Amino acid sequence: MSASELVRVEGVSKRFTKSLDLAAKIANRFGAKNREVTVHAVDQVDLSISDGEVVALVGESGCGKSTLGRVVAGIHDASAGKVFWKGEDVSTHSDAARKDFVLGAQMIFQDPMSSLNPRIRAGEIVGEAARVHGMTDKAGQRDYVSSLFKRVGLDPDYVRRYPHQFSGGQRARIGIARALAVNPKLLICDESVAALDVSIQAQVLNLFMDLREDLGLAYLFISHDLGVVRHISDRILIMYLGRVIESGPTRAIFEDPIHPYTKALLDNVPKLEAKKRSFATIKGEIPSPINPPPGCHFHPRCPVAGPRCSREKPKETIVAGGRMAACHLLDGGVV
Amino acid sequence: MTQPVLEVENLATHFFTRDGVVKAVDGVSFKVGAGEVLGIVGESGSGKSVTGFSIMGLIDPPGRVVSGSIRLAGEEIVARDDEAMRKVRGKHLAMIFQDPMMTLNPVLRIDTQMIEAVLAHDKVSEQAARERCIEALSMVGIPSPAERLVAYPHQFSGGMRQRVAIATALLHRPKLIIADEPTTALDVTIQSQILAEVQKLCAETGTAMVWITHDLSVVAGLADRIAVMYAGRIVEEGNVSQVLDVPRHPYTRGLIGSVPSANPLGARLKQIPGSTPSLGRLPKGCSFEPRCASASEACRAAKPDATDYPDGSRVACFNPYSLARAS
Repeated sequence: MSASELVRVEGVSKRFTKSLDLAAKIANRFGAKNREVTVHAVDQVDLSISDGEVVALVGESGCGKSTLGRVVAGIHDASAGKVFWKGEDVSTHSDAARKDFVLGAQMIFQDPMSSLNPRIRAGEIVGEAARVHGMTDKAGQRDYVSSLFKRVGLDPDYVRRYPHQFSGGQRARIGIARALAVNPKLLICDESVAALDVSIQAQVLNLFMDLREDLGLAYLFISHDLGVVRHISDRILIMYLGRVIESGPTRAIFEDPIHPYTKALLDNVPKLEAKKRSFATIKGEIPSPINPPPGCHFHPRCPVAGPRCSREKPKETIVAGGRMAACHLLDGGVV
Repeated sequence: MTQPVLEVENLATHFFTRDGVVKAVDGVSFKVGAGEVLGIVGESGSGKSVTGFSIMGLIDPPGRVVSGSIRLAGEEIVARDDEAMRKVRGKHLAMIFQDPMMTLNPVLRIDTQMIEAVLAHDKVSEQAARERCIEALSMVGIPSPAERLVAYPHQFSGGMRQRVAIATALLHRPKLIIADEPTTALDVTIQSQILAEVQKLCAETGTAMVWITHDLSVVAGLADRIAVMYAGRIVEEGNVSQVLDVPRHPYTRGLIGSVPSANPLGARLKQIPGSTPSLGRLPKGCSFEPRCASASEACRAAKPDATDYPDGSRVACFNPYSLARAS
């Protein structure tokens, strides 16, 4: 463990189980075979984020990236595995350490309209948590909120407005100001720029980069947009159906992807420079996480899959340059 | 020159609300030829979707097409009444929407919905209609189409639902398909599959396509021509390579500069200051003037008209970038 490590998760899994309702239980008494449905949203994932580092989680819908983000933020408890905050296991935290974790890891959500209470004024949305946690008091709240508004590029005169009186980009800034109000060390951004227009997205991304420089913040940046991720992250984890299938420094992954899924993903990204091109396609659809394929989850869609891929879960293999990929090709071949 | 499939001239669609007139589309002109893909790009509120709905004749009160002309294969369709428009819609003109879960009826099987669409315009037997549906489904790459035809929409994934919507649009071999953000809700690998299918179909059937999107990179690979909209007007239109490589309008330049991949890694993105104006309170001059770096006195006085360039592009700007200035 390095000295500057902020958060680390080890072998974390998160399962959601839909328990049987009354009718199903009664039916079972009469011999029906209703079973509980379990979704393995996150399956034994390791991840660590150092001070001031930007780590990106990339994947398609249903890959578990949001769930993992929520585990790191302390919103979900992990079903298995351990979460460490500043080197300390969060399940053994004292009250003070717990508070440091909960305030230190702040989440910024995708849709600012549904994550801001429409009936509370912007100034109170931003200032409430800071007042409750003693960063400021009732008398000082006004100035405290004003400085936060300036920090994120909002006019401090707007503190008495309601969320609906702001534009989409401004609402995103309110969400950021609210997270910053409790002096976090880590921001977890779950598709935070996905709903914004391109020109507004650029403004918010610039704000994220400024905050990182000024406050030394670390980010866990969850996104499906590889262009955005490539631009702002230091390190990338690529997820597929609950598992991390490749990770490493951003530049290395974009220049030389190892895992067939990463290669496919990069080939499929629409690019500005490509004119009237034929689109590379990868066959098939993302399988349901309720019933993932056995062995390597990607094998039904993989162009280089062999018999071993449907039998055996690939080991996470360490590659030079701080990289990891989980593919049988690195570990004795697919046969 | 062959006749274009679609000619839109000076189209204006306004919404008459209690707070005043919202000029969602205000003087838009473009043409689409057979087999051609026109990408209409713009941010939210730029009027790109309303343009699509206006062509389909789907503008509901308080909105109204107030002026302009829309000609489909030379025939004017703006002034047509509902009954006449229904004969065109679905037959010669089809639309694909963003969310296929909203456009497919969840309580009817796919075959019910698709056969109804066939029978609405053609007097054929149900068996013949069913066969046409199966053929359409296999054209868009749905495996075992005969079995999938009798499924309900919820039994399809998002990408498959969008394929069903595209197959339905193709049933009558329309002259023109309008696609409004059809891949925005899809994952990257699925989006790529759909784009590949669409590209193939347009080339094979000669169907013209208007592809409405906010994502420049999608149309970069798909479209032949691009029209960039801002605040209800087309600010720049031209071939894909002209618009993307040597943009002349400051807004187009700003939009391209905002895309992360157009910037050096890790550097601050070139951003456009401010935000899109409210369509109800547009400035008297150029709508982009308040955010524009090269605005001059002329921009504040009047709205610029589109200027034609020898390379076939049209730009509505008083101070366009020239090649010399760009380099």
